[in-house]
Amino acid sequence: MATNQTAHADEHAHGDHRPSPYNPLRWLFSTNHKDIGTMYLIFAIIAGVIGGAMSGLIRWELAEPGVQIFWGMADAGNLGTDKLFSVQMPDGSHKAIFGNEHGYNVMVTMHGLIMIFFMVMPAMIGGFGNWFVPLMIGAPDMAFPRMNNISFWLLPVAFALATISMLVPGGSMGQGFGGGWTLYAPLSTSQQLHGGPSMDLLILSLHIAGISSILGAINFIVTIFNMRAPGMTLHRMPLFVWSILVTVWLLLLSLPVLAGAITMLLTDRNFGTNFFNAAGGGDPVMYQHLFWFFGHPEVYILILPGFGIVSQIVSTFSKKPVFGYLGMAYAMVSIGVIGFIVWAHHMYTVGMGLELEAYFVAATMIIAVPTGIKIFSWIATMWGGSIDLKVPMLWAIGFIFLFTLGGVTGVVLANSGIDTVLHDTYYVVAHFHYVLSMGAVFAIFAGFYYWLPKMSGLKYSGLLGGLHFWIFFVGVNIIFFPQHFLGLQGMPRRYADYPDGFAYWNYVSSIGYAITAVGALVFFYMLLDMFVLRRRKLETAENASPWGEGATTLEWTLSSPPPFHQFNELPVVAEEKHH
Amino acid sequence: MASHGDVKHDYHLVNPSPWPVVGSLALFVMAIGAVVWMKGLGDSGLLAAKNPVIFFVGLAGVLVTMAGWWGDVIKEGQQGHHTPVVDIHLRYGMILFIASEVMFFVAWFWAYFEMAIFHEARSAWEIAGDPDVMKAWAHWPPPNVETFDPFHLPLINTLILLLSGTTVTWAHHALQQGDRKGAMWGLILTVALGCLFTYVQFAIEYPEAGFAFGNMGDTTTANLYGSTFFMATGFHGAHVIIGTIFLAVCLIRLLAGHFTPQKHFGFEAAAWYWHFVDVVWLFLFAFVYVTPKLAMEG
Repeated sequence: MATNQTAHADEHAHGDHRPSPYNPLRWLFSTNHKDIGTMYLIFAIIAGVIGGAMSGLIRWELAEPGVQIFWGMADAGNLGTDKLFSVQMPDGSHKAIFGNEHGYNVMVTMHGLIMIFFMVMPAMIGGFGNWFVPLMIGAPDMAFPRMNNISFWLLPVAFALATISMLVPGGSMGQGFGGGWTLYAPLSTSQQLHGGPSMDLLILSLHIAGISSILGAINFIVTIFNMRAPGMTLHRMPLFVWSILVTVWLLLLSLPVLAGAITMLLTDRNFGTNFFNAAGGGDPVMYQHLFWFFGHPEVYILILPGFGIVSQIVSTFSKKPVFGYLGMAYAMVSIGVIGFIVWAHHMYTVGMGLELEAYFVAATMIIAVPTGIKIFSWIATMWGGSIDLKVPMLWAIGFIFLFTLGGVTGVVLANSGIDTVLHDTYYVVAHFHYVLSMGAVFAIFAGFYYWLPKMSGLKYSGLLGGLHFWIFFVGVNIIFFPQHFLGLQGMPRRYADYPDGFAYWNYVSSIGYAITAVGALVFFYMLLDMFVLRRRKLETAENASPWGEGATTLEWTLSSPPPFHQFNELPVVAEEKHH
Repeated sequence: MASHGDVKHDYHLVNPSPWPVVGSLALFVMAIGAVVWMKGLGDSGLLAAKNPVIFFVGLAGVLVTMAGWWGDVIKEGQQGHHTPVVDIHLRYGMILFIASEVMFFVAWFWAYFEMAIFHEARSAWEIAGDPDVMKAWAHWPPPNVETFDPFHLPLINTLILLLSGTTVTWAHHALQQGDRKGAMWGLILTVALGCLFTYVQFAIEYPEAGFAFGNMGDTTTANLYGSTFFMATGFHGAHVIIGTIFLAVCLIRLLAGHFTPQKHFGFEAAAWYWHFVDVVWLFLFAFVYVTPKLAMEG
């Protein structure tokens, strides 16, 4: 939004005191927002691969009716030892590595938790937020650089606890917790079904991931409120910074409620309290209220930074300031505020009463208004612009297209009458994957391709990036579009098997996964090509900004990669130049 | 501030620090230890159920991290790194931390109010094998729960906390006037009142409760009333202990001469935290102690 008036040619001189990347203490003890952001991004990629592999197992299982790979812990001798993923036990029997149908549910549960808490959030808030919020507001670092580092290091800890949770006894059905990422009571408090240590580990994992996010949220709010460069007023901040600001407020205010709710699960499980035990006067539905009071803001936490990223990219590659800047900023603020008062639209089938349902339908519908403002403002930004279809712009346009589709099915599901039929069907699965794995994930890739040259100082192959986009675009649509049909036909979520009538579109969906996996391989080849095989440095002329005149935010005034400590002399931001 | 002589801003670029990664590892050990203690992750030895060793090793690591980390913060403050703008950071940070704490208590009050307001809905439930539950929850508080008389120990504790709110303000004003002795006595009294509250709550009040906290698999003695009461007041009590320790550290720092009439944010943060704990108690007193009494009499 704002242009930088002062030159920073002298930045390069003292910015080069960069510690060696091979010194482990640089990373372990880091107090540098860019190093911490890099660690977040690498962590998110690793978690994304693991979570993505889990969705591969899910699609493999669902490729045909009957059980394919989660065929059980019983001896497979009479089933034939050619069953997939069979392992011979010491006693000579053959068992499935991934267990039974409960193992399938564990995969579904962990896929959701990993993608949300260990992939999307670390990439967007921890990765891009850490890297670019200080750069965009003209700050030398985050407000609390040391606390920034524990926000990161708590995540591998939480991830390790979640992973261990999959490998220890869950309950009578086998290892791991299989009750879904929402951890609904009474399934999660049942001594019989999930009495083992698995669920307790998962609860503590979420506690620790929550501490990480709350500390990060405090850090971002203080940074954005107090460390803006002279002249960088709130109304001149880039929209990405606005998006992070709204996101972290949601984190700060919603995560402690989740912490309370899962603490109740923990005490119900281990200390005999009766929060969710109906026999003791407790109420399992109360868990759903507490969970979704957190959970609904959480889904906006996942998408709002994507809104910010897409705004920057659409503006850059249309060579126009974003249309309706203030409307865009306050649309995010109102999405954030309204996001706190719509939670029970996730619970239309619990029998909450018609008046309450009517309220939540109406409140939910209202969110379509600020969201529409955003979609149309992106289109208006492109309108009449000099559009440059570089790789980040492809992902951004893909985001706008597919997120809108997911938003429209969201409006369908907002109606409690319709949702009563579609609740817990694949229609819902298709809806939230359109807004997340095509909304949030496309925005992450958009941001990644947009800022990768800035973060590394290297060029990537536009051909490989474009190929990655198109294969992904085709692949994810083939996975998820048919799931709308399956949902409308009544196929429920979270089952390892289904009637033959659902076979066709499930098969198509699984083919889509294979295509998407090829796209992921192209992505990793692109990284290999960029960082190892060719290592092409940005030319001096385009070192600060490879994207030309459209890129007007402060990070493009710095070298690529930026100096280890930037803005030792704070930049002064003047009023923006309008076209 | 790092070694750069050409840094022209007042922000604090903190030097690399071992505490975040050490603290994270300690928390990992503590979490594993907690699960071992509660459930066990192995058949024998350290990982067997009810073995608290790993938990306490992790806890020790967390405490060492806290002492080392905040010790570093104090040192940096003494070295002059807490410039006016960094001071504002610390203030905003503390306020936001308290805001997140408020939302944590929202969860416990939510559970409590859900029970208090919608208890009649429970009387319509049909619970297999437990027909008495329906009848019991037609009343609130449930009939087999003997609530505390709010105007007995709870009122005393309310007065203790309100008084401690005035003594901490006394200490603050004395500090601002340069009256070190007054500040010291104000703090000593506040810490003492905090300890007294903790003693009254945990040592006198809790053992006299006419209802149980929890009873695994047996709901005849324990129910939701006890769950919400003990978790809400218990978490408040834990916060009183944390606040008391925070104030005690400030007392030591006062005696060590860390605070000046102009600059004493460590003390102010402790005082803010203490007032937050105080306000939570007022809500607990009004809604957890007084209203059930009024409901029974009315």
